[in-house]
Amino acid sequence: MIKESVQAFPISKVRQDFPILHQEVYGKPLVYFDNAASSQKPKVVIDAISDYYNQINSNIHRGVHFLSQQATDAYEAARETIRKHLNAEKSHEIIYTKGTTDGINLVASSLGQGLIKSGDEILVSQLEHHSNIVPWQMLCERSGAVLKVIPINERGELIQAEFEKLLSAKTKLLAVNHISNAMGTINPIKEMIQKAHEYGAWVLIDGAQSVPHMAVDVQDLDADFYTFSGHKLFGPTGVGVLYGKEKLLEMMPPYQGGGEMIAEVSFEKTTYAGLPHKFEAGTPNIAGGIVLAKAIDYVNQIGLDAIGAYENELLHYGTQRLKSQFPDLRIIGEAENKASVISFLLGDIHPYDVGVILDKLGVAVRTGHHCAQPIMQHYGINGTIRASFAFYNTKSEIDQMIDALDRAHNMLA
Amino acid sequence: MPDLKEIQEEIIAEFQMFDDWMQRYEYLIDLGKSLPLIAEEHKLDENIIKGCQSRVWLHAEGEKAAVHFRADSDAILTKGLIALLIRVFDGQPAEAISGANLYFLDEIGLKEHLSPTRANGLLSMVKQMKFYALALQAN
Repeated sequence: MIKESVQAFPISKVRQDFPILHQEVYGKPLVYFDNAASSQKPKVVIDAISDYYNQINSNIHRGVHFLSQQATDAYEAARETIRKHLNAEKSHEIIYTKGTTDGINLVASSLGQGLIKSGDEILVSQLEHHSNIVPWQMLCERSGAVLKVIPINERGELIQAEFEKLLSAKTKLLAVNHISNAMGTINPIKEMIQKAHEYGAWVLIDGAQSVPHMAVDVQDLDADFYTFSGHKLFGPTGVGVLYGKEKLLEMMPPYQGGGEMIAEVSFEKTTYAGLPHKFEAGTPNIAGGIVLAKAIDYVNQIGLDAIGAYENELLHYGTQRLKSQFPDLRIIGEAENKASVISFLLGDIHPYDVGVILDKLGVAVRTGHHCAQPIMQHYGINGTIRASFAFYNTKSEIDQMIDALDRAHNMLA
Repeated sequence: MPDLKEIQEEIIAEFQMFDDWMQRYEYLIDLGKSLPLIAEEHKLDENIIKGCQSRVWLHAEGEKAAVHFRADSDAILTKGLIALLIRVFDGQPAEAISGANLYFLDEIGLKEHLSPTRANGLLSMVKQMKFYALALQAN
């Protein structure tokens, strides 16, 4: 079944949708394997940005005039598209943010105003991006709560037995990613959410790396918060989404003050607007929100199941080719359940050196610690070379990377 | 001893022999391999310049008339560039170092390695070298 959908994957048509891919860098065809950092944009998304500014640009929610209503309708229709995509129950459970980092900071800052207290425990994991560590550390410093860390095994998977040992009546919040940005590990978050709920803890899922690769159903997962960035989902930078359960969002105090988030303001007392506006102070990224919905529509036209199956084939092809070509290659993170990310080291060559040579050969990869230093500390390394694939990548691009790595290996070893 | 400008011109002339980036990078790699390593006693955390990508150790000593530098990096290309920078700066008077214009990197097509976005520690190393020279001048 899956095999058929992979064979039928319309790769040449898909590649035509992404103008940026059809260029040469340093005289070599561009191979873009830095998708986990930021994805490229299809033409429908790029065009939608200029359409917005050419046709309906105006401030939303306040104006009585024609353009303002057009922009407001488009912005709120986009919220509804996002709701449907995540299968959230209500569209006011969808809060627009600047991105994943902003969403996490919103929750940490708001919960820190009395909802998480001294002695409470916050659970994160060793797999987290710094943006799902530092806001919680800051909250702990402010509130006197305690941060606990779920360890990983050698394959880069969360040790579930250790996670269960860390859970207790003190656990107030579990904050983990759905997919690790540095290694691609897919975490069993549905089971983890269920276990955390047994102890009455809230759960925030960092979905930055998952939404580009798989369908997410927040009700099925029973996540309390789920947050992601637009730019990793083939949309623009500077816009993201925080899903939160209505009951929780109602209970939480606002994050930032300003226009849009108020019901009534006087110097004696200000009352706040209802959801979602309570968490959306100031003029938002209107174009970003509207265009993000276009990106979601685009992905759904291709189908996330087909995308996932195709990317899985790229992952296995890439892993096999790397392993057979370079006996001294070490893959960091070999989780059984893994997204299309390969983190690796080539002998004892420094990742930076490999990255620089690959760049000169047209291949864009990420090198370094990928904002996940605790993972690097676990493996006793300073960084890795990371190739992350999207559905517009191909096996022949992987071949080009292997050739480039071969040259880098010869120069540097 | 040749001055800063003369050494930079020398390096530019050497790099003119190379036909393409591959040869330039291979030369950098060779330079990186030949750079005398910093003495272990100076490879201390306090001498470390942390780039996001690669790390650099820098040790400076000397006096106003002649400042001496030793450095190392965990990445070989960074180390090759360090070798060039040390060749330019080592033994020069403090005044020349603190006010130096390192135009040779642009001329030999390696300027991008000194960009802050590279986060390889090199730009911070140059700042540190100049800062050290400036401190000596004030003495």
